[in-house]
Amino acid sequence: MQHYKSMAGLLLAVSLAVSGQEARAATPAEIQTGFETAARAGTPGFSGFSAERGLRFFASTQGSDWSCASCHTTTPLAPGRHIKTGKQIDAMAPAANPLRFTDAAKVEKWFKRNCKDVLGRVCTAQEKGDVLAYLMSLKK
Amino acid sequence: MNNIIKRRIIDSIVWSASLLLAFGLPINEAAADPDRFSAGNKTWKAECGSCHLAYPPKLLPAPAWRRMMAGLTKHFGTDASVDARAAAEIGAFLERNAGRGRKRGIDAGTLRITETPWFVHKHDEVPASAWNKPQVKTAANCGSCHLGAERGDFDDDSVRMPR
Repeated sequence: MQHYKSMAGLLLAVSLAVSGQEARAATPAEIQTGFETAARAGTPGFSGFSAERGLRFFASTQGSDWSCASCHTTTPLAPGRHIKTGKQIDAMAPAANPLRFTDAAKVEKWFKRNCKDVLGRVCTAQEKGDVLAYLMSLKK
Repeated sequence: MNNIIKRRIIDSIVWSASLLLAFGLPINEAAADPDRFSAGNKTWKAECGSCHLAYPPKLLPAPAWRRMMAGLTKHFGTDASVDARAAAEIGAFLERNAGRGRKRGIDAGTLRITETPWFVHKHDEVPASAWNKPQVKTAANCGSCHLGAERGDFDDDSVRMPR
């Protein structure tokens, strides 16, 4: 009996954890709104995000050896591969991978790390919004 | 065979199997096979496992893991920083399960597992042609040959060199 009680407790804990995660989940559009708010505050003359500018940014190197596309490829509807370790990286475009850009903290963590690798600095809200506009523009 | 004897035999098989499952197997397996790693932690697996295999903590000594965690902003050429909470949890997990003693040859002052005498010795029969396969790419890519690497199984029986 005790056994079943503890199992029920575990199930409850797991379902609470899962529903807690659902409460935090965002959509790519909501994440984009966050970038827009930050860009309006930080960029004088902000005039919106551009998928085309995002593509150029994504595909080109900017001072270091790597671009975003070095690992994520120039076709982000398909999985990429870590340029150093070879580990597969799931597709970046939300149309191909519905988990992308649904967790604001995760998005910030990876932009911070990867912008340091590609640019040697953190990205601006303008740059992040342009990249997301590009990724959201890709359709299967 | 009469029924009572049959039942006794079945009973004893069931009992010994349950005892083995409850106490015997995991302990014996851990002690008998140094190439299977069972220590796990969700944050470690998620954070350390996103760019490469989440390498078993036993493969480096605690001081090496401490240095590794202190230098995540420059982690073998990339920024792998995590937030303070995750760093504390992962650091504690790594140190708690780190390799101990000199037996394994892991305590060589290096943070690269592939440069430890233990790793080099373990792989001394692997031909250069295997390392150079495009599927392997780097010695850090354990899973290209160790098919059970994600589960911590580095036993020789589960090694398949890519053709």
